Amino acid sequence: MNATALLSAAKDGILTGSVYALMATGLTLIFGVMDIINIAQGILVILGAYLSYALQVHWHIDLFVGLLITIPTMFLVGVVIERLFFRRLTGPERTGMSILVTYAVSLLIEGALNMIFSVNDVQLQGSYVNKSFAIGSVHFGFIYVAGFVLAVVLLSALYFMLYRTRFGVSVRASVADQTSAALVGIDVKRVSTIVFGIGVAVTAAGGMIYGATNAFNASTSYDLISRLLTIIVLGGMGSLGGALLAGVGMVFVGDMVGVIWSPVWSSMSYFVVLAVVLLVRPQGLFGKQSARVA
Amino acid sequence: MKLSRKYFRTFGVASVAGALSLTMVTASGASSGGLAAGAPVKIGISLSLSGDFSADGLAFQQGYKLWAADVNKAGGLLGHKVVLDIVSDASSPTQVVTNYQKLVSSDKVNLTFGPFSSLLSLPAGKTLSRYGYALVEGAGGGPSVFQAGLHNIFDVSLPVANNLMPFATWITSLPKSVRPTSVAYVTSNDPFTQPQLTTIEGTLSKAGIKQVYNKVFPAEVTDFTPIADAVAAAKPQVVVLGSTDVPTVSAFMQAFEQSGFSPKVFIATGGPDQGSTFIKAVGASNANGIMVPNAWYGGSANPLSKKMVAEYIKQYGGTAAGVSSDVVEAYSVGEVVAQAVKATGGFDNKKIIAYLHSGAVLSSAQGPVKFNSVGENVTPTAFTFQWQGSKFVQVNPVHDPNSVKVLFPKPAWGK
Repeated sequence: MNATALLSAAKDGILTGSVYALMATGLTLIFGVMDIINIAQGILVILGAYLSYALQVHWHIDLFVGLLITIPTMFLVGVVIERLFFRRLTGPERTGMSILVTYAVSLLIEGALNMIFSVNDVQLQGSYVNKSFAIGSVHFGFIYVAGFVLAVVLLSALYFMLYRTRFGVSVRASVADQTSAALVGIDVKRVSTIVFGIGVAVTAAGGMIYGATNAFNASTSYDLISRLLTIIVLGGMGSLGGALLAGVGMVFVGDMVGVIWSPVWSSMSYFVVLAVVLLVRPQGLFGKQSARVA
Repeated sequence: MKLSRKYFRTFGVASVAGALSLTMVTASGASSGGLAAGAPVKIGISLSLSGDFSADGLAFQQGYKLWAADVNKAGGLLGHKVVLDIVSDASSPTQVVTNYQKLVSSDKVNLTFGPFSSLLSLPAGKTLSRYGYALVEGAGGGPSVFQAGLHNIFDVSLPVANNLMPFATWITSLPKSVRPTSVAYVTSNDPFTQPQLTTIEGTLSKAGIKQVYNKVFPAEVTDFTPIADAVAAAKPQVVVLGSTDVPTVSAFMQAFEQSGFSPKVFIATGGPDQGSTFIKAVGASNANGIMVPNAWYGGSANPLSKKMVAEYIKQYGGTAAGVSSDVVEAYSVGEVVAQAVKATGGFDNKKIIAYLHSGAVLSSAQGPVKFNSVGENVTPTAFTFQWQGSKFVQVNPVHDPNSVKVLFPKPAWGK
């Protein structure tokens, strides 16, 4: 092990972790407002990646320019899913049922992607995808840096929306107590639909970066969702800041363990961190202590 | 009372014996060997149509289907139409067990073909041994499969342990002035990959090639960048990657390029042999110089291989270099089983197992097949293949007439 390896691992942890944080943000936002555990978030990330792939292969649209199309498209996908599957999902069993429903949605999308694109792995290409620049002995891949910047921009925009707009007030009120929010005139159903759309829309950006840095097929979603769920549980279900810190923190810890000790233990290190945090704070790093009653 | 007890005891023993006989007959339905005239022969297969091995699973499915279509075109197996009963195991060693139990007990298949990978072939073989079924497979060549002591498993492909030996022989035969001086071993914890790397470590070490990195990573890793960066930081001249699929190899290649690191030699145990799938993921220019061990390639001069490749291209398009080695591994399974069925005159698994253990030499698109007592194919020779431009060529053993000159050192990325 040398200093370059350590610095590279730290860099990888922060850059890659921010993209995972972005993907997890959608998941935690949806849970925060709707009490829905969206198991389909992994396959939606892959759907976002395939949309970028289709735009690139068929219309030669650059990956980043393509986001102008894929982000609104994924927003609409989210709105349609919410309207079709979750609008009528009410009552005390809502959270538990949401796991089954989103799993079914996930299987439907996976099947459709396998039919359209086959199960052969693909990767997003671009002249800048494999390029890098060096600071000292550490090389920074353009695509990872761009992913980091994109994650920071989108997370900042989400933060601004939540804390500096009237709609954000409605969202936060719905997160705190849906019944009270409805009593003061907030259209909780409309808020839920838009939030679900936003939660899915961020997967377009996350998926594009993921697809440019990894070969993927529809089955890749299983590895993704397990990691995303771990991140939001660690950060605290429903907490944006928690998702950000947990996303970066967990990937950072995993990467450092992989270099200092062995890659065999890097995946396990997430769960050790998770177990220790949950022993001390069962609600996660930034989760609310008392469970909200829907 | 006594009479009654004796009566019930006798009746009970008879019932149990009857039930056992019925169970045995039912479970080994294939063991009867006979099929009604016109009845199809059902072949049960569990394949990874989703999950980590889905790309390989799809290629295997193509190989099996291609073989079945060829056999049926020629009148079937002993006049019986071949029907493939394929179920997906989602790349799970647990699901593969359930699948073969279902195929035998519920679907009542006559024969079984293997899944993809050593990881799944072993539990599949164990399960089928309990039912007395032969498991002929094409991608379960890891030592752990043969060390299990199963009598019913047969791998028609090259046993993987010595896959990298021609590569190691080539490296060590290079003049000292140009021979690489350092090597990194990095492998997935998979029964297919790990034994291959372990086998050549001593050989390279004896030739003075210093080991600068040696780590194992778990198969479920999704982000290979930190591992690849650590390899790049060690600056080895040779990288030996124990991989089973394209995403792993492409992730390492991308991270190496971004790190400004290009080894003189880069060989991966699996992935580069997947033809057009590999090229689509990494780009043809980046593939230049990448090596992979195997026993077969699309340009093989074997007439059975030529025929299969031509049929594959006719059905799926592409070029010979684009045909995944998974396809021929599956196709060869069908060829070997067809010869065993013909030789034994039926579909009796017991007879098929005995025949395959008899030392008979069978032919396949991969070359001759002859099994030892644990089901390893003892005839194939390991080769090393390399991407040279858009061509996938044989480069080792160096003195083999079909080998072309190794592209050494590997050109820089994108060149």
